Amino acid sequence: MKARHQRIALMVGGLAVLGIIIALVLNALTSNIVFFFSPTDVVEGKAPQGRAFRIGGMVKEGSLQRGADGITVHFVVTDTEHDMPVTYKGILPDLFREGKGVVAQGKLGEDSLFVANEVLAKHDENYMPPEAAKAVDEAHARAARNRTAETLQQ
Amino acid sequence: MNEILFKFAAPQRFYPLAGRMIPFFAVLAVLFGAAGLWLGLAVAPIDAQQGEGYRIIFVHVPAAWMSMFIYLVMAFWAGIGLAFNTRLSGMMTTALAPTGALFAFLSLWTGALWGKPMWGAWWVWDARLTSSLILLFLYIGFIALQAAIDDPRRADKAGAVLLLVGVINVPIIYFSVQWWNTLHQTGSVSLTKSPTMAAVMFWGMLLMALAFWMYSIAMALMRARCIMLERERHTEWVKNLLGTTPHATRG
Repeated sequence: MKARHQRIALMVGGLAVLGIIIALVLNALTSNIVFFFSPTDVVEGKAPQGRAFRIGGMVKEGSLQRGADGITVHFVVTDTEHDMPVTYKGILPDLFREGKGVVAQGKLGEDSLFVANEVLAKHDENYMPPEAAKAVDEAHARAARNRTAETLQQ
Repeated sequence: MNEILFKFAAPQRFYPLAGRMIPFFAVLAVLFGAAGLWLGLAVAPIDAQQGEGYRIIFVHVPAAWMSMFIYLVMAFWAGIGLAFNTRLSGMMTTALAPTGALFAFLSLWTGALWGKPMWGAWWVWDARLTSSLILLFLYIGFIALQAAIDDPRRADKAGAVLLLVGVINVPIIYFSVQWWNTLHQTGSVSLTKSPTMAAVMFWGMLLMALAFWMYSIAMALMRARCIMLERERHTEWVKNLLGTTPHATRG
């Protein structure tokens, strides 16, 4: 074995061992690395108990209610399986919309109401002009109508 | 093939070759950059959700790609240098590092400018952002480590080990948005599926990425030429090139 082959073997072996170590550490720390927990995670008890954490999901359609003081808002975060009611007092980001992604940081109250002190909007990786977005929305609406019509016919 | 490679890996042959290639890459960088900015800022339509604000993507994503890719290239040279003891590899890592650091910084900076209006925060400690910050620290650490060791050969070796250890971070950055819940959205462009963005936006981004490539190559070659002259100043070819013989040199 030449010296240079030895050095290559040492490098490859060292990187492989290091990679495995890092993979194991990251795997063990997953619950600390995730930025937010979904409502399902909270129901399953994966979210931290008794301290602040972030909850993420979609703002449920039709769930947004503004309080009488104008800055308190109530909305429901959903991952389509489970829902979680959230209350927040403050200014919402511009991209905060019903049916869109949201991440809220705060504490879970005893009445299972999540009291948020910070709300961030999470947008998706799709970029398209407004006309295209409108066409996609209309196509979805048409598909939904067709499904309803089929259900009624049966 | 190997003979050709080793021939041009010798600094005295690489130096003039690099000098001839720099103008070519510099011109391409300007052309691609102008075309990319024109497509991105003038031709591409606004985004349905983010309006005009999304246009920072034309700098942000190519810069982030470059910051990861340059690190991979540096790690490649580091591996070659450690295995074969080539002089050129250390010069290439040293020449690439400032450009990589620049793009790492640029991706974080444009990301912050984008995050505030869209997410509502300049910075969050999610996996994508944190691992990108570590990449910037790796670049700065590499530059500082190499600068702290006087003997260039030993500096190259220490730097190469740091580069190889840090290369683990690159796949973590890339896959962080898939492995963990992050505030950062997943990628719009991948090798396996069609991009989730309008075609003209995609082409604008691709042209900007090409411009950054060309810029990086031109800058790295320019820096490599300076480093070659500096490190090989005692050799015959540099003395011949600069027209200084040992007797004529003063000081």
